[in-house]
Order: sequence, then structure tokens, then C-alpha cells
Amino acid sequence: MRQYFGRKLLVYGLTFFVAVTINWMVPRFMPGDPVSSMVARAGVSNPGAVETMRTYYTNLFGFDQPLWKQYANFWAALLQGDFGISIWVFPTPVSEVIMGAVPYTLGLMIPSVLLSWVVGNWAGAFAARRKLLDNTVLPVGYVLTAMPYMWLAVLLAWGLGVVAGIFPVAGGYSFSLQPSLSWEFVADLLHHWVLPFLSLFLVALGGWAIGMRNMIIYELESDYSNYLSALGAPQRLIRRYAFRNAVLPQITGLALQLGVLVAGALVTEIVFSYPGLGSLILKAIQNQDFFLLQGTFMFIVLGVLIANFIIDIVYVVVDPRTRAGMAGAQA
Amino acid sequence: MTAIQETPAKDAGAGVRREALYFALRNGKLLAGFGVVAVLFLLGFAGPLVLEAADPNAYGSQPMAPPSGEHWFGTTTFGQDVFAQFVHGLRTTFVVGALGGGIAAVIAMAVGFTAGYRGGLVDEILNMVTNIVLVIPTLAVLLIINAYLGVRSVPAQALFIGLTSWPWAARAIRAQTFSLRTRDFVALARLSGSSTRKIILREIAPNMSSYLFMMFILLFGGSILIASSLDFIGLGPTEGVSLGLMLQNANQWSAMQLGLWWWFLPPGAGITAVVGALYVANVGLDEVFNPKLRET
Amino acid sequence: MSLRVSELRVYYRTLKGDVKALDDVSFTMRDGEILGLAGESGCGKTTLGKSLIRLDGRMRHMGGTVELDGRELPIGDDRRMNEFRFHEVSLIPQYSMSAMNPTRKIGKMVGELLRSRGVTLDRAELESRLDLVELPRTVLGNYPIELSGGMKQRMVMVISTLLNPSLLIADEVTSALDVSTQKAVAKALTGFRDAGFVKSMIFVTHDLALTSRIADTIMVMYAGRLAEKAPAGVMVTAPRHPYTKLLINSLPEVGVRYADKKLAGIAGSPPSLLDPPAGCRFRDRCPLAGDECAQEPPVAEVEPGHFVACWKA
Repeated sequence: MRQYFGRKLLVYGLTFFVAVTINWMVPRFMPGDPVSSMVARAGVSNPGAVETMRTYYTNLFGFDQPLWKQYANFWAALLQGDFGISIWVFPTPVSEVIMGAVPYTLGLMIPSVLLSWVVGNWAGAFAARRKLLDNTVLPVGYVLTAMPYMWLAVLLAWGLGVVAGIFPVAGGYSFSLQPSLSWEFVADLLHHWVLPFLSLFLVALGGWAIGMRNMIIYELESDYSNYLSALGAPQRLIRRYAFRNAVLPQITGLALQLGVLVAGALVTEIVFSYPGLGSLILKAIQNQDFFLLQGTFMFIVLGVLIANFIIDIVYVVVDPRTRAGMAGAQA
Repeated sequence: MTAIQETPAKDAGAGVRREALYFALRNGKLLAGFGVVAVLFLLGFAGPLVLEAADPNAYGSQPMAPPSGEHWFGTTTFGQDVFAQFVHGLRTTFVVGALGGGIAAVIAMAVGFTAGYRGGLVDEILNMVTNIVLVIPTLAVLLIINAYLGVRSVPAQALFIGLTSWPWAARAIRAQTFSLRTRDFVALARLSGSSTRKIILREIAPNMSSYLFMMFILLFGGSILIASSLDFIGLGPTEGVSLGLMLQNANQWSAMQLGLWWWFLPPGAGITAVVGALYVANVGLDEVFNPKLRET
Repeated sequence: MSLRVSELRVYYRTLKGDVKALDDVSFTMRDGEILGLAGESGCGKTTLGKSLIRLDGRMRHMGGTVELDGRELPIGDDRRMNEFRFHEVSLIPQYSMSAMNPTRKIGKMVGELLRSRGVTLDRAELESRLDLVELPRTVLGNYPIELSGGMKQRMVMVISTLLNPSLLIADEVTSALDVSTQKAVAKALTGFRDAGFVKSMIFVTHDLALTSRIADTIMVMYAGRLAEKAPAGVMVTAPRHPYTKLLINSLPEVGVRYADKKLAGIAGSPPSLLDPPAGCRFRDRCPLAGDECAQEPPVAEVEPGHFVACWKA
């Protein structure tokens, strides 16, 4: 067990290291001077302010120091939780801006990812059972997985929001309300949450359903299924075993899909102007706010690594073989 | 012994290929999938030539016009012809898919074959690298890189997509190579003194060619989807048109609120059609190459 | 008579046509008999074994009957066949190494399997049988992955015979094992018969040497048909069919297995079962073939209990 988690943690640690290094390298080695482009595009007209900003950024990047020192400083700042100051909402610290957006992204992603995983697996297992269902679930699944996240979001926003007028199509809550813990605000929050949630949920659904269907069919053709059939075991028992065993690779699949799911959430938020990390990224790009962009990048990487580790733990709990193998290895 | 075994093996190979072709021509999914891809491909490559419109982004005199005989897919807020943008965008989509998917496939094969064939420490190291690239959220990395790139081109976009989307394919190739490595014909080639490179290219790769082809198709579709997301966030190519950029423009200029459905429907439908048709064709290919699936 | 198979025909449906894997096979088995079923791969021995318990998706029952203890087995009817499976006919599959659900503890799986067949698990009986095959009782709390190959094999043997079936089909059970484990498995199988856990047994194998040591009777098949069936001793010392003779002569040292693909000692290969030629199917490879072999030879009882399908025998 220790070896398994040790290995995983090593990969995650290295990944974090690589991510930080990319984050540090990109502004320094890409063509162009980020400081002047930032200052120029920040749109500040007061010459005094421009000079202050230039000095500030140059210091922040530490361009006057040797490279290794710049790198060390970068890590030191990072470990203190210092991601710099946002330009878009100058002078709020980047970490503060991000923390304001993270709850929205998590509130959108966690339910949609988990629900689409559960419902998709269920639909796939169901499809594997009947030819007729298979012929409907499969094509729908393929269309859904082939859809770009933002397009489905646009379709839903247009159909259910603009045309039907059932749901709002922009923002995390109505502009007329102030965030508070009142029923009115929570209801409004949920109302705004439905469409982005639905679109994330639907796009991911297809992939899980197809994956589950294929895995179940594979399991139903496996040796243990054949043996049980030969001994006259009812289909009910065989399917139960097959489903359970087919779920395991789907858990691994969830870990592998995290990057794609995050990307999907980002673009979906942009469509709905939902105040999460996706909209933050858009604002950062539009305002050339590189610190905000880089901070968001670090947060996303951290989030994905943590989610991966949680999935690893779940996998060990669910798959007895990992535990049995580990016990054997330890003894 | 080698002489006796080799002849039937080669005959069997030709037979399998003939049989595969036989089933390929009778596989509805494969034909429909590739049919749709072929039509869109022709549209993307012949369309811009036929249309003669030099610049699909050129502003026109009839803004916000619905689809008509003159503007098949209507026009944007700026009077740009959506159909002209669509066919140019399709072309970009195919270029990104082919380039991005191709680069990813080459890296995946290099890593997968080497790791699977050499094993040992090389495998350990490559495996670690693969895992790291696999875990890191691709789009986030692409965001950072593209944001700092002042001028963004389609090939550069495809290059970075290719550089980040190979890990799963490398893993799959590694596993396949691993199982082929111990087969007789590979051992024979090794005994007869062939170099590693030669063994991989002549013995191992051809034995999983169908698999590699299917993998390329998936990488192709994946690249298109990633590129469209990048475009949509505003990090698409700075010049030209792509389906993702069309969606971005439509979103940015409130096409939805203005009721310009012809602006945002075609680009999304185009991406979905290309990627979906590729996936369906892939299922068909799987049935052709995998006799077990064929029987049902 | 424990088992009576009459004129059994089972074909494989393929796109190119029916493969006549089992073409008019008849034989009988006594209570307590162990029948060794041998032949090259593709001769129909595995098809015969499967036919008696569960046809796979592409197999079709085309004719003939199977009678077990006086009751006809509905082998072509998957659903009606279910009541016989496990209770009356059971199977030790070729793939014992992967026959158990990898994510269930073995004891739990056995319990669930039995309950699904309407039987409550007799823990004491199960444990005594584990003792018999020298498996520690703790295996019931293990996952299959924690067992060695030989242990898995024995565990599957115990599971398959738990309901004391009348007929047990052991399909190539020794082919994945090393020589010493093979012997242990063979010994355990005869032990099961002697203890009355199974009435009779069909031991499907391509290993004639091993078969001759545990089987009472040996049946050799060729190209979907019965070639010769005789008591084990007679078969090894005085075979009558030219094919069997060649087969026995090509036998390697005891315990050394020949390749499953083709017998080194006999030139040529069996005919395609897609469209088998008329007459004796061994004709093209037979050193004794004559004109009468263009006619199909009937299965004749040349001595009591010794059946041969050859004009020259």
C-alpha cells in the first residue's frame, strides 16, 4: 500500500514541479517582453503610473537577477501563497481573486462530473442489455462526446434561455441581488446554476455511457462469466459481477478525463458568463493579466492533482485486488 | 523451419487483408462515418477555391441577414458571410486535426515503442514522463503558452496540442508492444541480427497497424476538440478563420441574444459532425479488424 | 447407462457456412466411468464437451439426442438446460486460471453462486472437500489473485463438483499446468470419482499419455467423428484404427506434451469441416486407404467395448 501511494505521490509531486517550472519558464522564454506588453495593454494613461507599474513588474519577475535566483524566488513566493497582484482588479492579490471564483467552479464541476459519471455508467450498463436500447444510447452517446462543450452550452442557453426564457443565460446570480444567505438569493443562485450544470452533465454523459457499455460487454464475455453460465447461474448474478468489475476501469477513466472535464467547465462558464475560473481566465486574457492567468493555472493543476489522489484512494477502497496484491507484497 | 512457417504466415496476412477489405466495404458505420468526413473534407478544401472570396472575414454590406440564396448561412453582425467562414473554418479544423493528431501519434509511437520494446530503466523513465504529461491538465498548459505567444498560427497551435495530447496513446502502444515483443517472429528477427529500429518498424508496427490507425483517428478528433476550446477562450489563431473562432465571435457579439442562430449553429455542427463521424468510423473499423465484434 | 449420446450433430454458424464440428457421434458411458476424449485440435472433442453443458453463441444443435440417467438433456435449449447445469452436468473449464470473479472473495462467490441455484452452502462439506484437495480453508477468505495456478485449478474443481453432478466434463484441465501439478490434478479427479462426488467424467485432452493413466475408456475423435473407442489398456496396446495407431506411435515420453497444433508423426492435416469430403475423413492421410474408403465406414464393435470406424480394422 505504501509503495502504491508512494509511487502515485511521486508522480504528482513531479507533475507539480513540472507545472511550476512551465509557469516560470513561459513568460521568460517566449518571444516578446511581457512587462511592456502588460503595461501597454493595461491601458493606464498616467505616465507616473506607467513607470510605477513597469518598475513593479520588473521587480516581480526579477529580470535583473540571475536565472537560478529568479527561479528560487519564484518558488519561495509560490510556497508563501503569493501569486502576485491582479492587473484586472488592481491591486487585489491574485489568490484572493481566484478564491472568489473557485467555489463557483467547484459547485458546477463536482455535481456535474459525479452525476454524469453515475448516470452514464448506468445508461451504458442498461444499453449493453438490450439491442434496441443499444441502438439508441450508442448514437446519442457518440453525438454527445463529439460535441464541443461550448456548443452544447450555447444551444442550451439559446433554446432554454433566450427562446424559451425559462432560465437566465448569464451570471452566477441576478445583478439586482447582493450575495447573502437568504432563500431568495439561494434560489436565484440555483436558477443560474441549472443551465451550465446541465450542459456539462450532458456532454460528459455520452463518453461514460459508451465506455461502460463496452466494458460490460467485455466482462460478459470474460471467463468468469462463461463459467458462471456453464454452472447455470442466473443472468442477474452474472450481470451484477460484470457491472462491478466494469466500474473499476471507469474510475481510472474518471482520473484520466479530469483535464478534459476542467477544460469543459472553463469554456462552459465563459458561455454563461458564470463567475468561476473560466470567466476569470477570459478576463485575464482580455486584460493581459498574466499573473492572474498563471495563478489560475497553478490552482487548476493543484485541483487536478488533489482530485487524482482522491480517485486513487477510492480505487484502492473499491478494488480488492490492489489491497490483496499489496498485502501479498508486504508479507 | 523458418521457410515453412513464413510462407503460410504471409499468405494468411494477405488473406486477412482481403477479408478486412471485404468487411470494410460492408460496414455501415465505417462507410457512413468516412462518407461524412469525406464530404466535409471536400467542402473545406474545394469550398474556399470555388467561393473565390479572398477574405472570409471581409465585412459585407448586409449585416445580420438570415440565410438566403445569396448568403447560404446568413451573415454576421459585420455582414461577413457565415458560409464562407464555415468552409474556411472547416479547412482549419482538418489542418489542426491532421497536424495535431499526427504530431501526437508520432510522439506516442516513439515513446510507446521504445518503452514497450526496451523495457527496464528506459521504460521506467518514459513511463514517468508519460504519467506526468497525462496528469497535467492539457488545456491549462496550452492556455499559458498561447497567452504569452504574441502571434498565434494554426500550425503552432497544432504543434502544442500534439505535444500535450499523446500520453494515453503512448500507454496503449506500450502495452501492445510489450505483448508482441515476446512473440516468435520478433525473437526470430532479433536472432537474425536486425536492429531495434528495424524490428520495431518491420515486425512490430505492421502487426498493430490497424490499431495505430484507429489511435490516430481518435487523436485527430481530440485535437479538433481541444483546438476549438482554445479558439473559444480567445487563444485561437490571430489570423484567419476557424470553427472555434466563429463560435467565439458569435458568443462575444451576443449572437444568441440577437437571435442570429445561423451564426453559432453551423460551426458547432461542423465540429460535431467531423468528430462524431470519425468516432463512428472508428467503431466500424474496430468491427472490421476485430472478428469477435463482427459476428453479432 | 449413465450417459447415452446418439447421432449428435453440432455445427458452428459462420459467414462462410456451417462448420460441421460434431457430425453424427454416438457413444455411451457407464456409471463411474472416466472417459478420456482425445484427438488433434479441431477434431470436435471440445465441441462435444461444450455441447453436453452449454453451447456457445455460434454453436447450433442440428440433430441427435443426449440422455443422462434416463432423462433427455435439452442441449439446444439454453433456458431449459439450466436446471441440469451444475446439479446434473458440471464443467471444469479450460480457463480455470481465470474462471473465478477476480473481485469477490472465493467463499463469498461460492455462497452467492449456490444461493442463486437455490442451494444453501454446506460449509462443513465445502471445507472437507478443500481438505481432500489439500487446500487450506483460509482460501475461502482470499481473492483469486492470491492463489497460485495449481490452487486455482483445485479450487475450481471443488466448486464444479460441489453439488455432486452425475456427469463432469473436464476440458483440457491439465494443459496449462506443469507436469507434477498435472499428476496431482489427475489424482484428485479420480479421487472425486472414487468418493462418489461425480458419477462419471469426460476428460477432454490432447495428452494421450496422461489420459491413459486416469481414464477407464479412451475415445479418439477425428474431424468431427468418432474414430475409435476402447478400454484404456486396449487403446494404448492394441489400437485398431490407423489414425489411432499413428497417434499412439507418435506419443512422446510420458509427461512430455506434443504441440497442440499438429502431430509431428502424421503428414497432412485434417480436412476442412466447412465442407468435409464424403467417405472416411482420414482417407487422405491414411497409409492403408483403399477404394472402399470412399464409402463412409460405420462404427463397428470389433470386440466387446471396442468400437472402430474403419473398413480395415
